[in-house]
Amino acid sequence: MEWEVVIGLEVHVQLSTKSKLFSGASTRFGAEPNTQACAVDLAMPGTLPVPNEEAFRCAVLFALAMNAHIGKRSVFERKNYFYPDLPKGYQTTQLDQPIVGAGEVEIYLADGSNKTVRLHHAHLEEDAGKSLHEDFHGMSGIDLNRAGTPLLEIVSEPDMRSAAEAVAFLKKIHSIVTYLDISDGDMSQGSMRCDANVSVRPKGEAKLGTRTELKNINSFRFVERAIKAEAGRQIDALEDGGNIVQETRLYDVDKDETRSLRSKEAANDYRYFPCPDLLPVVLSNDYIEQLRHQLPELPDAKTARFRSEYSLSAYDANLLTQERATADYFETVCRVCNAPKLAVNWVTGEISALLKRREITISQSPVSPEQLASLIVRIKDNTLSSKIAKRVFDAMTKSADMADDIIQKHGYIQLSDSRVIEKMVDEVIATNSSQVENYRKADEAKRPRMMGYFVGRIMKASSGQANPKLLNKILKEKLDALL
Amino acid sequence: MHQLTIAEIILGLRRKAFSSTELTRHLLDRIQQLDSGFNSFITVTEELALAQAKAADQRLASGEAPALCGVPIAHKDIICTSGVRTSCASKMLDNFVPPYNATIVENLNAAGAVTLGKTNMDEFAMGSSSESSYYGPVKNPWNTSCVPGGSSGGSAAAVAALLAPASTATDTGGSIRQPAALTNTTGLKPTYGRVSRWGIVAYASSLDQAGPIARTAEDAAYLLSAMAGYDPKDATSLNRPQTDFGKGLNKALTGLKIGIPTEYFGEGLNPGIADRIQEALREYEQLGAQLQDISLPHSKLAIPAYYVIAPAEASANLSRFDGIRYGYRCQAPEDLRDLYRRSRGEGFGEEVQRRILVGTYALSAGYYDAYYNKAQQVRRLIKQDFASAFEQVDVIMGPTTPSPAFKLGTKSADPVAMYLEDIYTIATNLAGLPGMSIPCGLVDNLPVGLQITGNYLDEARILNIAHRYQQVTNWHTASAVAV
Repeated sequence: MEWEVVIGLEVHVQLSTKSKLFSGASTRFGAEPNTQACAVDLAMPGTLPVPNEEAFRCAVLFALAMNAHIGKRSVFERKNYFYPDLPKGYQTTQLDQPIVGAGEVEIYLADGSNKTVRLHHAHLEEDAGKSLHEDFHGMSGIDLNRAGTPLLEIVSEPDMRSAAEAVAFLKKIHSIVTYLDISDGDMSQGSMRCDANVSVRPKGEAKLGTRTELKNINSFRFVERAIKAEAGRQIDALEDGGNIVQETRLYDVDKDETRSLRSKEAANDYRYFPCPDLLPVVLSNDYIEQLRHQLPELPDAKTARFRSEYSLSAYDANLLTQERATADYFETVCRVCNAPKLAVNWVTGEISALLKRREITISQSPVSPEQLASLIVRIKDNTLSSKIAKRVFDAMTKSADMADDIIQKHGYIQLSDSRVIEKMVDEVIATNSSQVENYRKADEAKRPRMMGYFVGRIMKASSGQANPKLLNKILKEKLDALL
Repeated sequence: MHQLTIAEIILGLRRKAFSSTELTRHLLDRIQQLDSGFNSFITVTEELALAQAKAADQRLASGEAPALCGVPIAHKDIICTSGVRTSCASKMLDNFVPPYNATIVENLNAAGAVTLGKTNMDEFAMGSSSESSYYGPVKNPWNTSCVPGGSSGGSAAAVAALLAPASTATDTGGSIRQPAALTNTTGLKPTYGRVSRWGIVAYASSLDQAGPIARTAEDAAYLLSAMAGYDPKDATSLNRPQTDFGKGLNKALTGLKIGIPTEYFGEGLNPGIADRIQEALREYEQLGAQLQDISLPHSKLAIPAYYVIAPAEASANLSRFDGIRYGYRCQAPEDLRDLYRRSRGEGFGEEVQRRILVGTYALSAGYYDAYYNKAQQVRRLIKQDFASAFEQVDVIMGPTTPSPAFKLGTKSADPVAMYLEDIYTIATNLAGLPGMSIPCGLVDNLPVGLQITGNYLDEARILNIAHRYQQVTNWHTASAVAV
């Protein structure tokens, strides 16, 4: 039987506000445990929450970017449960009246097609602290630095039909929140976490299958692998005549399989009710319009502009606009060198490989966009061959020098003087008579390949600086003259 | 000196008839000698009081003294005082010393008040007799075999026993007005949001409001002027300009329209109390006011609605007392569940546990609509009742309580009988209106309170109405103890 996988995602995005959702404590990552938790975060008796306006600004920007309905009147509720890292014994979150309502977003797939995924809603809520189970001799430690950090929980409709689509959606959300600068989107530090609701059904069936929830997936790669593993497990179970239990599961990275965490029957009754310490937040149209004017150019618009302005392919434009920093880098390079095609090749080629090798982001790139542009200018005007250009690029990864400085320092000028090249060709022909003889006897079709030998010798002799185009032309003329 | 009102103390201090240190020393001695008979204080802050008095005397000498400079007062032990244990009369917080002051404590300190100590109360303000305290019941200075009312029984008893000229208190369903009525003191519950709740341990956040218990309306005005004001640390605080509630106390009452709710004079009202109220109303007619019968048709639903809403909020508010970060923790817990179960089971008293259970039940899946939602609907109807009443009249008057102080122990076994104590006061909290209780006579040598309910933010007006009455009557000067 052919199966269809149905996926809905819940993405938790940590908003990059300076202070917490309901207190003045800092949200900085990586501080000593419990140094960024104030009396409110510790839920000391008599303390009260005050909403952080900045978090609302972030949420409204997101709503505008997603063409989503904006909850002009949003209400915080208390979600009650006991856990040591949840100091108040309830989480303050939104339920029936969230700040962001229904919306939709386009995702782009590897085969060049695109698809619309609907947003169910997104709501503001506070994060919990962390329980630390190691280093305390059989006891648990509690770190409340994260307690109260603002999260935007983004809930999609079950519109995705493959792990690849889920990843594309997640990447799109990542790209929107980073474009809006409302989150650093750093999955490795937990700034973006994802739960996936996965079910399968026979292809053509309208009714949804029983779903399981995969909790806390923290990288794009694991989202794909976890969904594949879980969908595979469900299909195997159903084909073996079994059934699927609605439950929460965890993905085990090492075993590449999911395992049960808790079943629905054991689920809590969270006893949600409106938080009486917080009044409903009412947003004016003026406020919303003000934010609409502050919206930056978003990924879809930028992709369209890159295609028309720089004549890029859809593929290249998508690649470059996925991250705002990459797009900005590319545009800076283009502005200086005015050679978009070369700029795309270098940004998606050498720069991308360099970043991957060093495991850094483009904003940490050792080669600045101005440096790269200075290099491209010299490729464009034929001062540098592509081979030497790579050497100049390597030098740039170690210094802040511009291309011309490096060329001068290392004498990397391309040898384009035809008299000098002619002299070198004559010398090679004179000292390699047997190879010349072979060339003369060879079929015409084989000759171009045989020329490589002479090119190699001359390149070596010129330390790679001979202009390859010119060299080829002169060499062919001289050899052919001997025929 | 202990019989002096705040108005007289302010005058005496400025005329140098006595110093704040002398007065404070005198009251501390009096508390030490007499309070064993009333149990109105949980903690006496002798050192702090004398230090504050000394500082006040210096400021008074310099001639730059704020309004309440050198005036000794007490604080209900639910109000956080930096460095001074704040127990909420619970074993749960027997060891809790907050590192911060409630905003009202900050405000009163800034006004120069001297803190004598922390007053006894019903555990977590849940009760109407001050018998549920972990530190033992408070006794009514008018008859020590009777209760002083609750939950602010310690504040009321301390003022009635001339141990403190005034005290802060809180009122969630009548906890200022009912003990004021039962101890012949003047108590004011302000409009919800008029006084900051920051630093006051929450019982039912949408109903809690702090106010003064004093010996005269004029003194209550002095205290309220210092306590009230917008506080950005409380999201439900009303942003209103600072008010001097002492202004306008003497305005004539000619033409004042007093509404008499027929529902407050029905079955269950002690006939002696009914007589005292009628006499007081006659007095108001003498002062130029007009009486008018009104109806508050949903009055009888106030108690059932309150006993859903207040416990529901309390069930979440008290979740933070989990034995993890502060407060009581059981001995040698086996695991997390055991730690929660025993810390809360051993740390909370019976009535607190009852309300947590009731509230948890009312919010549970399947019961939420029938209880919590229904209660909120009733709350809206009660608000509307008052809104229509205030279209016809300026204030509403009636008895504060259905009966005078009852004997210790007679209602503790019957929660419903105890809940009915607040039958006339609870609606005011549900509507968020300001209300007062002032002495208006005795029944069997036990005090009777007249309740004055005003429209939103009409504290100045009801203080004026109370003050004019106290100018022409002397019930409020009757003392429980030998002067």
